[in-house]
Amino acid sequence: MAETTATPEVTVKEKEPLFGKAEKKLLLDPLGDTNPITIQVLGICSALAVTSLVYPSVVMAIAVVFVCGFSSLFTSLVRNKIPKQVRMIVQLVIIATLVTIVELTLKRFNYPIYKQLSVYIGLIITNCIVMGRLEAYAMANRPWRAFVDGLGNGVGYGVILIIVAVIREIFGKGTLFAGSPIQINIIGASNNEVGYLINTAAESGIGSLFAGYTNNNLMVLPAAAMFIIGVLIWIQRSYRPTLVDVS
Amino acid sequence: MDSTSSVIRFVVIMTAGVALTLALLSTSWGGQIKANEAIFNKRAILGAVSDYLTQDPKLMADGEIEALFASKVEQIALDMSGAVLTKDDIVNSGYKGGKPENIDLAKEKKKPEDERIFPLYVFNGEKGKSFILSVRGNGLWDEIWGNIALKDDLTTIAGATFDHKGETPGLGAEIKDNPTFPSRFKGKKIFNDAGVYTSVEVRKIGGTAGNPYAVDGISGATVTADGVTEMLERGIKYYLPYLNKQAGAKKTKG
Repeated sequence: MAETTATPEVTVKEKEPLFGKAEKKLLLDPLGDTNPITIQVLGICSALAVTSLVYPSVVMAIAVVFVCGFSSLFTSLVRNKIPKQVRMIVQLVIIATLVTIVELTLKRFNYPIYKQLSVYIGLIITNCIVMGRLEAYAMANRPWRAFVDGLGNGVGYGVILIIVAVIREIFGKGTLFAGSPIQINIIGASNNEVGYLINTAAESGIGSLFAGYTNNNLMVLPAAAMFIIGVLIWIQRSYRPTLVDVS
Repeated sequence: MDSTSSVIRFVVIMTAGVALTLALLSTSWGGQIKANEAIFNKRAILGAVSDYLTQDPKLMADGEIEALFASKVEQIALDMSGAVLTKDDIVNSGYKGGKPENIDLAKEKKKPEDERIFPLYVFNGEKGKSFILSVRGNGLWDEIWGNIALKDDLTTIAGATFDHKGETPGLGAEIKDNPTFPSRFKGKKIFNDAGVYTSVEVRKIGGTAGNPYAVDGISGATVTADGVTEMLERGIKYYLPYLNKQAGAKKTKG
């Protein structure tokens, strides 16, 4: 199975600080050595689908951090009460409830973003990372640690999402944060309506060096995200050979 | 293993709790969500006539949109024969408020063609008058829709806005996200010189410069572009009886 879930061993002692070494490890490990995308290769489906633009990716990342953190918290709170036969259904209900709350909140407070992201928000329910953490960690650990673990994995997912989206948007569209109030036009042939930092239609200056540059249409397609994630995995494992699977 | 009765008890309690929470949230925010949706749609309608406005509707506050829509836009509802419908007609078609803006084209699309009704927005601004048509069709994954503003001559397109439910971001979704796509429709014509209905075609291959009946498509989004072509062809056709009546009335007046 490609999807291996690493469960950090945590020994529970009484009277520990609220945010000690163990919590720090839970929060930071998913950013590197146990990253849900590059190491555990979970959540690839949505990482390929949503990363063509940065702005939706950022909102998606925030939503996943929220859902992942709180579903871990709630699952951990009721972990001793959940009947074994239906535990996955119970986890699914918890995740689906939180996703619906995210959706309603966006509808209520920022309708335009909801319209832009409506498809993706629903996708969080199917995100393997969320359920992976519930199964692997929250079902067996205390609420506070489960919450921190959920947040950490959400952030680890979000960071990769944003890195991939930045690369794809710059090379695929020549912009950053397109669709948001702080859209930056980076490279492209300028007409009267849009100004670019690097105007490839310019007669002189830095823009003229890039004359004939066109956006890479492959970057817009989900296939590009797979290549980029592949390269990220390669880079990370070159730096840390211990992460390479022996098998 | 837990006993079956304890499993059922757990599931029932959990489901009730979750259902109650979500129902409470949904009903307490329902009104505001509906209002947001209405403003979102009005913003899109006004976006089609942004050339007639002093400020881009995208940058206006919600209140400004409401005020502008209430003061400058006259809304009427039409049936397939081009007849103007009364408030009761709209209510009978299944829309409680009886306002043309309540008409849901997604619902209308499911009715038999001769029973459909649709809204027409007449914008009366300082810079002129415009007729805004609402159209709805199918993209690659799901529905697409748009508002097409016609100039006073009822032939030339003054502006357009498009939206979609689930087109691919960066490809089909560009009909909404890329502001240059709707602006390509400006100045295009829906009738040829002989007065025959032509609609506007979204073309994959260029050659649209100087052609008043075609615009450039989006590379990688052929199905969505074909959907836009089909939506415009069919959607504007529904308004033809009314447009012809208006044009006829104008000719006899002139």
